[in-house]
Amino acid sequence: MARRYDSRTTIFSPEGRLYQIEYAMEAISHAGTVLGVLSKDGVVLAAEKKVTGKLLDMSSAKEGGYGGSGEKIFLLNSNVIAGVAGIAADANSLVNYARQASQRHLFMYNEDIPVESLAQRLCDLKQGYTQYGGLRPFGVSLLYAGYDPHYEFQLYHSDPSGNYSGWKATCIGANNGTATSLLKQEYKEDISVEAAIELVLRTMSKTMDSTTLGSEKLEFATLTLDANKKPKAKVYKPSEIDVLLQKHGLGKKDEDTEMSSA
Amino acid sequence: MDISFALTGKGYVIVAADTTAARSIVKMKVDEDKIKVLSPHLLMAYSGEPGDTVQFAEYIERNIRLYQIRNTYALRPPSAASWIRRALADSLRSRKPYAVNLLVGGYDTSSHNPHLYWIDYLGTMSEVPFAAHGYGAYFALSLLDRYHDPEASVEEGLATLKRCIDEVAKRLVVTPEKYKVKIVDKDGIREVEI
Repeated sequence: MARRYDSRTTIFSPEGRLYQIEYAMEAISHAGTVLGVLSKDGVVLAAEKKVTGKLLDMSSAKEGGYGGSGEKIFLLNSNVIAGVAGIAADANSLVNYARQASQRHLFMYNEDIPVESLAQRLCDLKQGYTQYGGLRPFGVSLLYAGYDPHYEFQLYHSDPSGNYSGWKATCIGANNGTATSLLKQEYKEDISVEAAIELVLRTMSKTMDSTTLGSEKLEFATLTLDANKKPKAKVYKPSEIDVLLQKHGLGKKDEDTEMSSA
Repeated sequence: MDISFALTGKGYVIVAADTTAARSIVKMKVDEDKIKVLSPHLLMAYSGEPGDTVQFAEYIERNIRLYQIRNTYALRPPSAASWIRRALADSLRSRKPYAVNLLVGGYDTSSHNPHLYWIDYLGTMSEVPFAAHGYGAYFALSLLDRYHDPEASVEEGLATLKRCIDEVAKRLVVTPEKYKVKIVDKDGIREVEI
C-alpha cells in the first residue's frame, strides 16, 4: 500500500507532488459535468445532476427558492452564480462562505463584490487546506459566472489546490475532456447569449451519458443584464428547463405529437 | 479655519483647498497641500483638527493603495467613498474619534462619470454636484446654487470656483491667501493654478 506520502495532505512526495490534492481533483472528474460559456452579453451555466432517484422528494425545487434544485447551481450574490462539481457537503460549505464574503464586501464598499475578488477569496480558503495539516482539502471545483463593472461578464474556474483561472468556455466534472474539445471547436468570439445557451445545451447533450436531456438530469442558469444595466441571474426552474430543451429540440419526445404526426 | 470647495462638471471634478496651516491665531505655513491623490482617478480634500487630518488621510491613502495592489484594479469612487465613510463612522464610535471633514471627488473609469461626495466627521455622506467645507461654505453654496452647471466645461467650472474664492476673499474676516486646485477627469489627475 502506498501510504508513505499520501496520507497527509500537506506532505510532498519525493517527486514534489501533493497526492491528496491530486486525488481530490481526480474525485471531481467523476462528478456531474458542469459547463460554462461566456458571451458578450451574458454568461451561461449548465450542470448535470448525477444522483436521481424516483423516491427523492424534489417537490420543493418545483416551487420554492430562486430556481434550481440547490444541488449544482447556486446564487452566490446578485451578480454571481456558481456551478459546483465534487463533494456536495463541501460545496455547501463553500457556497455559504462565498455568500458571506459577498455580503461583507457589500457592507464595506456598498457595491457588489467584483467576480475575481470573490474567486480569490474562496481560493485563499481552499489553498489554506493544502498547507495547514490535520485537515482534508475541499473536494470541490467551481465555475463562477459573474458580472462587475471592471471586466463586465466573466467566467472563472477554481480547483481544490486553490488555483483559479478565467475562461471563455470551460467544463469541469465527468467527460470534461470531451466537452472542452467540443467547445474548442464550436466556440466563436462575440457570440450572443442566445447562441451561448444553444452551445451549452448541445455540448451538454453530447457529453452526458443519457440519450435524452430532461429537467431531472439538468440544472441551468444564465446571467445577463436587465433593462437598467444591472446584473440579473436566472436559475431555471425544472419546468422552465423542459421548455428550453423543447425549444432547442433536445427534450424528450412527446409521445402524443409523434402519434399525430405519424 | 480650513476652507475647501469642490464641483463637478462635464466629465470632471474640481477640488480646491486653501493652503494655510495655522495654529491658534498664527499662520505657520502657507503652502500646505490638503488634497490627497488616493488613486489615479480619486482625490480627497481634508480639513479639521490638525494632526487628525494628516493621520487619517495617510491611513486612507495607504489602505486604498493596498486594495489596488491586492486586487489589481482600484476601488471605484462610490465604493472608495463608502469605505472612507465607514472608517470615519467606526472612528466616531471609538475612544478617540478623528475630527476630519472630507470632500472625495473621482472619475469612474468604468461608467465614465464624475462623482463627488461630501463627508463630515460624524460619518455623514452624500453624493452632491458641488460641495464646500469650513467657513467658505457659508458664502460659496449660494453662489454655486446660482452658477453651477453639470454640463460646464473645465474653463467654466474653474470660473465658477474663482467666483467662490473671490467672494470668500471679499467677505470673510480671516481669509486664506492661496488655494491649491486639482482636477480629476478621464485622463487622471492634474493640478492647475488659479
